[in-house]
Parts: sequence; C-alpha cells; structure tokens
Amino acid sequence: MGKYNWNWNIFFEEVATGGEKYYQWLLSGLGWTVATALCAWVIALILGFLVGVIRTTPIKWLSIAGDAYVELFRNIPLIVQMFLWFFVLPDLLPQAAGDWLKQDMPLPEFTTAVVSLAFFTSSRVAEQVKTGILALPRGQRNAGLAVGFTLPQVYRYVLLPMAFRIIIPPLTSEFMNVFKNSSVALTIGLLELTAQARQMNEYTFQGFETFTIATVLYVIVSFTANRLMASIEYRVRVPGYIGGGR
Amino acid sequence: MITLDSVSKWYGKFQVLTDCTTAVNKGDVVVVCGPSGSGKSTLIKCINALEPFQKGSIFVDGTSVGRAKTDLPKLRSKVGMVFQHFELFPHLSIINNLTIAPIKVLKRSKDEAIENAMQLLDRVGLKSQAQKFPGQLSGGQQQRVAIARALTMDPIVMLFDEPTSALDPEMVSEVLDVMVELAQEGMTMMVVSHEMGFARKVADRVIFMDQGCIVEDTSKEEFFGSARSERAQQFLSKILSH
Ligand SMILES: Nc1ncnc2c1ncn2[C@@H]1O[C@H](COP(=O)(O)OP(=O)(O)OP(=O)(O)O)[C@@H](O)[C@H]1O
Ligand SMILES: [Mg+2]
Repeated sequence: MGKYNWNWNIFFEEVATGGEKYYQWLLSGLGWTVATALCAWVIALILGFLVGVIRTTPIKWLSIAGDAYVELFRNIPLIVQMFLWFFVLPDLLPQAAGDWLKQDMPLPEFTTAVVSLAFFTSSRVAEQVKTGILALPRGQRNAGLAVGFTLPQVYRYVLLPMAFRIIIPPLTSEFMNVFKNSSVALTIGLLELTAQARQMNEYTFQGFETFTIATVLYVIVSFTANRLMASIEYRVRVPGYIGGGR
Repeated sequence: MITLDSVSKWYGKFQVLTDCTTAVNKGDVVVVCGPSGSGKSTLIKCINALEPFQKGSIFVDGTSVGRAKTDLPKLRSKVGMVFQHFELFPHLSIINNLTIAPIKVLKRSKDEAIENAMQLLDRVGLKSQAQKFPGQLSGGQQQRVAIARALTMDPIVMLFDEPTSALDPEMVSEVLDVMVELAQEGMTMMVVSHEMGFARKVADRVIFMDQGCIVEDTSKEEFFGSARSERAQQFLSKILSH
C-alpha cells in the first residue's frame, strides 16, 4: 500500500468537470438528506399515529387492518421497499398512472425516497404509539368516556397526550434513524449525502477526508435531531408525573 | 331515575351478572356492597355503558342504555362517575381537568366553565390547588378533584366505584365528607363501597351482591338491623370487625 496523500483542501478545489467545488457537492447532498428525512418524518408521524390509534380501538376489523399494515411495512427491508416503489409499482399500475410515475412525476428519486421511507418509518411509529397507549392505565379510557367524550375525543384529549409523552424517547431514536436510513435512497439514484460522498471519492480518491466530513455531517444532523426532541420532551413534561420532573 | 331489569352479563362463558333487578329513584342514595369479584364494578359500569350487557334492560332517565341507537356520549355526560383510582387526566392542570369536558362536550364558554369549576373546587376545599397537576396532589385531594370534575357536568346521578378503597386511611374521611354533603344536598347516588359508616349515615338503601346476583336490596334500617341472608350476615361481620 502506497503512502496516502492527505489533502484537506480538496473540498475547496474545483470539480474537474467544471463549475462547482467539492464542498458544494457535500452540502447539496446534505440538503437532500435533510429534506428527504424531514418530509418522510412528517408523513410517518401522521400515518404512524393514525395506524397506532386504530390498532387500539375496540373495532375489530380496523385493528386487524392496522396490525397487517405494521407487519407489512416493518418486515420488508427498506431497500427492497424502495426498489418496489421505484421499479415495480409503475408496472403494476394502470398504463396511464404508470407512465405518469415514470415520465412526468416531478423529482422521481426524491419523491419515491420520501414515500418509501415514510411508510417504512410509519410502521415503526405506529408500533410505538400502540405501546404508549396500552401503557396507560385502563381506567383512563373509561374516565374519558364517562365525562361524555366520544371515542375520538377520548383519544384526542386523554389518551394521545399522555401516550405521546411516554413514547418521546423511542420516537427520538426513530427520528435519528430516518436521517441514517435516508442514505438507502442512493440506490435509486438520489444524490443525497452518502451518494455525493461516494461520487467525490471516485473523482478525487481522497476517501478518508471525504467520508470523515460526511460522517461528521451525519453526526451533526443526528445530534440536532436528538436535541430537538429533548427540548420538546422538556417543554411538554408534566409536573408531578413520574419522570416528569419538578 | 335508574332502573335495571333482569340484567345478565357474561365474559365469554363466565357469567358475571345474573338477573340483576333494582331501581334508584331521584334523590336516593344506594350503597352497593359485597365480596370481591361479586360483580359490583361490572354492574355500575353497565349503567353508563362502559361495559356492554347481553340480557335484560337498563334505563337511565328514560333512556335505554343497551339500545344500539342510544347516544352514549350524551347519556354519559349526564351521569357522573368516580373511580377507585381517581383517573384524573395527568397532563392537565386541576382547573383544566375540570373545564375540558364542559367546554368540549357541553360547549360552554371557557369563562363560564372556569367560573363553575372554581366554585366546585371551593366546595371540595381545593380552590387553592387549581393550577397544580394531579401528580402533585395527595390521593384524597385527587379523589375530591375527581368528584368535582364529575359535578362540572351537572349530572343527574353520580356513580361511585369504591371511591375510598385506594386511599390511605387518614384520607378516607375527607372524601367521605364531600360525599355525605353531596348526599344531603339531594344528589342521586349509587355508591359501591364498604364504608358502612357512610352507608349508615346517608344511605336510603343497601344492595348486597354475591356471585353476580343481587342478594339483598333493602332499606338501610333493615340491612343493619337483621340482614337476612346468611351470606350477607357473614360479610357484614367480616367488614365490621375491622
Ligand atoms: N374484562 C374481564 N374479563 C373477564 N372477567 C372479568 C373482567 N372484568 C372482571 N371480570 C370478572 O368478573 C367478576 C366481577 O368483577 P368485578 O370487578 O365486577 O367485581 P367487584 O365486585 O367489583 O370486585 P372488587 O371488590 O374486587 O372490585 C370477577 O370474577 C372478575 O374476575
Ligand atoms: Mg370493583
């Protein structure tokens, strides 16, 4: 093995094919990583809470449908799901819809990455939401019903506020996972952070510098996500509640 | 006010309630007692449809509880319920625990709900705790808040399921005092409890249950005078001895 030529200035050198500098590649990759993860997270939260809630309702067929949803999206590896959405789904749909997906959908790689990451993550959120709701004392549901709330109101005003607080720690790791998992999207051609780092390595052969910086960027993003959730946890803490502080 | 006619209920094959028939008239205070597992909680939950039943009928204020078309939230909003473990909403301050249902269910204005809630808190002696959270109050205080919360809905009847049995002994009387006062003001009450002192003081009738059946349903005087069934006699001697 020959001597490795360290060159930290590489990020400020111009790309051989012109115009940009390498640090701009990484920044643009970071942008797509964050955009993909945040969009997927928002959708995953909405879907996950919906599915998690219906799995705890007394309505049998709804909770079975919810369980099936979770099993489906949680047990198929993310990379397979992404391939299915990207390569297989267009051929399964009616001709017109399939053609639209293939040719006219804006930002096809980004959109597909968001959708597949969102469904995958939502199944994991749904699992946490169900666990959180079931962790509450059984009497809470009855107390909510007894004051005259409808079942949706019981969830809205009684069960979900507490369940949400209970599951903030596991949701925090899911949130951090979304950023890491978004790197799978490079397999369908999204130029997110890992893809850009790989490309830069191929152009420059400065792999150590490139992946060090990419790693640092992922750590910064994860840390920020973690702090954000921690601040939410702090802000919604319940005085006098076990683990609620004060 | 409340009538039960041959109510039977099963959990799978296990029969929890067998042909329960009784009535609670307006202004009556009825105490329900009986050994553990005799179906007291189940019976009282059937009255506001927190548990379904398979046979018989229950009417509350003229409304059939078991009928599929009955607007259960509306019915329940008229029936106050107090639980053994208080079941306050832990994430809401005391004042919000008392105002959320009047605002969301009865569509009262926030100001009106707060004013009413403060009056009720004052009545149970907890006005100064309005801004605290349930986790910051003692068990006795929480149960008094729970009673006040039920009262915010102006219920036509109050159901209590062992309201003092989760409390430390020194806190029992502060809750019973509130209940006695309520009874003396003419509230219709159905109270599952083993507090025979309370029953002696304010009950009009005592129901004794055993193995899902209503074994005794008599006036207080008769019950404490010459409780007829042997089972009730045994039960009474057991709980009165300590
Ligand atoms: N969800 C349930 N599924 C099956 N059986 C149940 C259920 N809830 C209660 N039971 C059974 O029904 C019977 C009556 O229960 P219930 O809670 O009404 O008794 P209780 O008189 O209130 O007793 P306690 O004094 O212990 O509160 C008990 O034998 C209990 O085991
Ligand atoms: Mg009970």
